[in-house]
Amino acid sequence: MNNSNSYERYHRQLILPKFGEAAQQKLLNARVLVVGAGGLGCPILQYLTAAGVGTIGIVDDDTVQLNNLQRQVLYSVNDLGLPKADRASSILNQLNSEIQILPFNQRLTNENALRLFEEFQIIVDASDNFPTRYLINDSCAFLKKPLVFGAISQYEGQLSIFRNETANDVNYRDLFPQPPKDGEVLSCAEGGVLGVLAGIIGTMMANETIKLITGIGSPLINRLLTFNSLNNQFYELSLSVRPECRSLIPKTAGEFEKRDYEWLCSSQLTNKEIDAGTFNNFIANEQADVIDVREPNELPEVNEFSNMKIPLLTLAGNTSGIKSNTVVTFCQTGKRSIQAVQILDTIFNGSKRIYSLKGGILEWKKQKQ
Amino acid sequence: MQILLFGQLADVAGSSVSIEGVSDTESLINALHKKYPGLSDLKYAIAVDKKIISSNQQLTEKSLVALLPPFSGG
Repeated sequence: MNNSNSYERYHRQLILPKFGEAAQQKLLNARVLVVGAGGLGCPILQYLTAAGVGTIGIVDDDTVQLNNLQRQVLYSVNDLGLPKADRASSILNQLNSEIQILPFNQRLTNENALRLFEEFQIIVDASDNFPTRYLINDSCAFLKKPLVFGAISQYEGQLSIFRNETANDVNYRDLFPQPPKDGEVLSCAEGGVLGVLAGIIGTMMANETIKLITGIGSPLINRLLTFNSLNNQFYELSLSVRPECRSLIPKTAGEFEKRDYEWLCSSQLTNKEIDAGTFNNFIANEQADVIDVREPNELPEVNEFSNMKIPLLTLAGNTSGIKSNTVVTFCQTGKRSIQAVQILDTIFNGSKRIYSLKGGILEWKKQKQ
Repeated sequence: MQILLFGQLADVAGSSVSIEGVSDTESLINALHKKYPGLSDLKYAIAVDKKIISSNQQLTEKSLVALLPPFSGG
């Protein structure tokens, strides 16, 4: 703190017991990346900027819409249609021009995440969809970078810190190992959300971020806090590592970059069913590993194309022979092969595109006649 | 035994439900899905006595069970 303005600006927190100049200096030196400048992101960004976090990155590829203003309190009607990251950056600059604000007007992907995250000390997940949340979680677990997590739905919110420092630190996969499929969880666009709830959970996330940086208090490490805005109930849970979930975190940057998080969370299982025509293309081009998941001796026999025979019940333990990045499973009528897709999706975790032959081999043979 | 439901789960079955005669989490979940079929379509984590569990766990009359869905919103 070499600037007399800083003493004036941060005076009310400088005089706090256990805070002082040392904590303020930690904030000024800190580099925090906030993913999502929406309902949670707005209050997080406002408070981190006001508190004097020295460098704040903002990732968002969205533009401001009228239905955002109910909860995304940084923006006004003058910002409609403009990129959120850029608008947030200039508005925050007016609040505090003594810190550096870096807008990244782009979507977070598995191609840019690791490079971007490496530039920051703490990542804050204020995103609004599961593909991004799992992408952020896996990147932070891989890079061993602390993640402040928060999420909201309707009148309720959840937050936690995944510190990713010691072997006993949990991450989001220890809580929810696999992303939900479409329809299993409502998004805010589907289920709605109370604007002020985003403010409450967002400010709590900012609070946890400040505690993590300055070392004051007891941050929510390895604990999940939930809040219900209708009855003011807080509920705190302790989390522990699930050893079997460690394998879900990528081992190398290359493995991570190959993952398709949108696919992993895509959920319309129907998108994972292919018809006979698409299937025939795969066979003709020899693009895919084809797996017969029926029991041995089930008829009809299939000699028309090369295929591996791995019965559904033994599939989970017999995947070492699967080499292609595209895999098609089939069974008699297309039901067991859907289960096979789910099993293989879990094992390969987005690194392969796995399909089921719709209608099964019976339908395929019928069309061939 | 107290059973708390969060988020969308509470929309299906209410925020607090009671189930009699179950001795572990697996039988509790089976009984819940039977009583409230809508729950079986939803994803959630299970906590017993405020600890998230990852495998079947014995329950007593004093157990506090919570079922929490993931939220995506931000």
